[in-house]
Amino acid sequence: MVRIAVDLNRCQGYAQCAFLAPEIFAMHGDEALLYDPEADDAPREKLDRAAAACPVQAILVDAVEPGGLEPGAADAPAEGVSRAR
Amino acid sequence: MTQTLLHQILDYANRADPYPLYKELRKTPVHHEADGPYVVSTYYEIRGLLHDPRVSSDARNLASNAADPLASEAPAQESTLPPGFLKLDPPEHDRLRRMTNRPFGPPHSPHRVDGMRGELRDIVTGLIDGIGDPERIDLVEQFSYPFPVTVICRLLGIPREDEARFHVWADTLAASLDPDPDADTVGRGKEAQDARMQLGMYLAGLIEERRKNPGDDMLSQLATAQGDDGPMTTMELLSTAALLLIAGHETTVNLITNGMLTLLRHPDVLQRLRAEPRLAVPIVEELLRYEPPVQLVPQRTTLADIELRGVTIPKGSTLWLVLASGNRDPQRFEDPDRFDPDRPDIQHLGLGSGIHSCFGAPLARLETQFALAELARRLENPRLLDDPPPYRQNAVLRGPRHLHIACDGIRP
Amino acid sequence: MPGDGSLEQLKREGRIVVVGASLAGLRAAETLREKGFAGSLTMIGDEPCEPYDRPPLSKQVLLGRASADRTALPRLRSVDATWRLGSPATGLDMAARRVRLADGDEVPYDRLLIATGVRARRWPNEAEAELDGVFSLRTRDDSAALARRLDAGPKRVLVIGGGFTGSEIASACRERDLPVTVTERGAAPLVGALGGVVGAVAAEMQREHGVDLRTGVMVTALEGDASGRVRAAQLSDGTSVEADVVVVSLGALRNTEWLAGSGLGAGPRGIACDAGCRAFDIRGIVTDDVYAAGDVARCPHPLFGYQFLSLEHWGNAVSQARIAAHNMLSESTDRLPHMEVPSFWSSQFGVNIKSVGIPSMGTEILIAQGSLTDHRFLGVYGYQGRVIGAVAFDHGRWLPFYQELIESTAPFPPTFATVDRRPEGQRPLDADFPDPSVPTHGPTVTLSGYSPADRRMTFTPAH
Repeated sequence: MVRIAVDLNRCQGYAQCAFLAPEIFAMHGDEALLYDPEADDAPREKLDRAAAACPVQAILVDAVEPGGLEPGAADAPAEGVSRAR
Repeated sequence: MTQTLLHQILDYANRADPYPLYKELRKTPVHHEADGPYVVSTYYEIRGLLHDPRVSSDARNLASNAADPLASEAPAQESTLPPGFLKLDPPEHDRLRRMTNRPFGPPHSPHRVDGMRGELRDIVTGLIDGIGDPERIDLVEQFSYPFPVTVICRLLGIPREDEARFHVWADTLAASLDPDPDADTVGRGKEAQDARMQLGMYLAGLIEERRKNPGDDMLSQLATAQGDDGPMTTMELLSTAALLLIAGHETTVNLITNGMLTLLRHPDVLQRLRAEPRLAVPIVEELLRYEPPVQLVPQRTTLADIELRGVTIPKGSTLWLVLASGNRDPQRFEDPDRFDPDRPDIQHLGLGSGIHSCFGAPLARLETQFALAELARRLENPRLLDDPPPYRQNAVLRGPRHLHIACDGIRP
Repeated sequence: MPGDGSLEQLKREGRIVVVGASLAGLRAAETLREKGFAGSLTMIGDEPCEPYDRPPLSKQVLLGRASADRTALPRLRSVDATWRLGSPATGLDMAARRVRLADGDEVPYDRLLIATGVRARRWPNEAEAELDGVFSLRTRDDSAALARRLDAGPKRVLVIGGGFTGSEIASACRERDLPVTVTERGAAPLVGALGGVVGAVAAEMQREHGVDLRTGVMVTALEGDASGRVRAAQLSDGTSVEADVVVVSLGALRNTEWLAGSGLGAGPRGIACDAGCRAFDIRGIVTDDVYAAGDVARCPHPLFGYQFLSLEHWGNAVSQARIAAHNMLSESTDRLPHMEVPSFWSSQFGVNIKSVGIPSMGTEILIAQGSLTDHRFLGVYGYQGRVIGAVAFDHGRWLPFYQELIESTAPFPPTFATVDRRPEGQRPLDADFPDPSVPTHGPTVTLSGYSPADRRMTFTPAH
């Protein structure tokens, strides 16, 4: 699992991502981009090609592995994990 | 006689390494020699002009007396085929590009390029399998040329066996883009006109056939599709097909060849790529910065006076945007003359930017990524036989004519 | 105090608390770590989930192309924080430097960042708001619930409010072939943010895609059936609309109530802060340990006459968060101002809408490229003889040029020739923004006040 967000202020609709990883990215009309923010099934290799090809470097991808303590709260609410000092 | 900087850049003697000249050029970001074009060489200024609506791609907007080494060629085209969308402004450009994109990419054909991955790999494998004597390989003849040409033929639906015919026309037309001041422009214009006419007639025959018997190739779909923008006229279709055929192979040949040349000059990177094929992805982006196949855009015109870095570029002037120089601008890229695929934030100008950015970019990227990864994996201990290699004449579409390499063997 | 080592100590072992665990909070936390903050970091969020991205909630999710509970934001670096999620902050003691939580806990801080954002404005009639089938759209739960209801194939969806979110919802409904009615109090959709000239294009897009668009009307009442399900809405023009799903899309309210009585300069228009994101107290004196970022902050912007802007924009949240985090860890001379030119996007009915600057400040508009009729154009907004904003419909690649015009306060109307100038682009038109005293759903940019100490604000509810 990898999490994705696209900075659509930067995006100028060059569609490189939608060509290279159509499982994750799709053009909606000529310029608007839709994407799956947590693409399970798409090969990571295609995502990497898509992110690298973005001419405005607008595709943000997890730099740290999801899971573990970091997000934490999804299944175990974090209250009580650590009392304030 | 001392050559002007522009002459030096166009001079074939400097083809192998124009980068020191570009560095010189960047000292005056907007460089103008008497009667010459306004030459822009710094990153931010080039990028700005690529997004500037006061800049036209339509040569018809040139002031009538404006000096343009390509001027003799421009009107010649009109008598044969109308300009392709590369040389048009919106709204015509946008409409034609949209229609051309319909059978090629998203939103209407999102799986076209992705669906070619297996085919691309097979062609690469076949070509490397077919390399004979590993002691003397001409990478251009044996790999970098046949690969993208085979791909563009399959994509467009052009019989591969016609390659010998259109190769000559395509070469002539590509050469006509070279703003060589010493060339016989009138003679060359005539040659280009003939080549364009013959290519047009050839494509017309092919399109006629596809209309009767359409396949799933792009020509068939362009000839028969009825999108929101209606059908293309026959003339539009011919110009577009010619543009795709020429642009679709000249540039990628150079990108792949420049890529292998660069890797052979950086054996550490080549070594890493062999161990880690995924590195091909950032390598290709860095390559598009470091050795872009289109060095400069010589055909833009100003529709208004433009103030840039203290220079007023008058309305009706010709602009040259030296992409390859912008890519080496130290204001934008740290240590720009270093080839470094680990560079963060590579936003190169190698494929242009703005509405005219490279139409075939995703295909060129995939082709080059696959090509370099496979060459790195399969060629055993490859080395350059000539460094620098012999270059083509062309200063715009710059790349080696031959790339002679040797290796110890071909891995399976 | 600069140079006395206190900053180094803060970086080494200080306590930074971020209230608001969404886009701005997360990006601020990442920036703090990137800048070398090694102390303790506590992230407090009212929702029980990790930070997620909201733009997909009104687009991909409603189209069924993504799932509402799977829009978590990518992590650009490890933040190594203590997460206090699902436990909203309820109070602030500035003197004791403590944040109170709903569960009674108190979290002490040396530096506090407030990024509590906004929430959807609810339907004002409480009983009607409780009817089954009445939704708003702000959180992932909202989006999940609405998406589920759309999946079930409602007979008609009524969207109250034709702003960006409302229009995106209507677009998604039409793409799924669901009948939809949009009511907008103004003369056209998007009129508050982009004016009447562009609003007319938005209206045309809606109607061409089969939206039953009703402008110049308000919904006066929602009606339920015997089992408490919404069944119809009464409109101010005397007509009624039968709908089994109603989406209330009337803009947002800033989450500042928890700061009431704290002494911080916070109110319905957000938290007033300086250009470096330091919050003002109610005396108009800037604090040195409380910062604000994102939708809840309002900052003076030098490009726009130092007016205090609060911007509900994705990009603004990101850049303000970075500035706030940087400034928290910097000596005063190293601090940076938040000066980014506002920009936002929306996609609806297959058209990408992008904007830079502040169109709603404009009085005139020039269609510099393309054509309104084609729904493909670039419009430039002018205010007092200068370029103040621009909007692009499927023309995004030209926008950087116009942003530069805004940044350089270029004269309006621009006099130069451009590609694709049509007859309609020969002269500027009245941009036709509604009278601000007649609120629509409310634009996403709110202008207010001229000085830090300006507390005499007037607040007009949209409905």
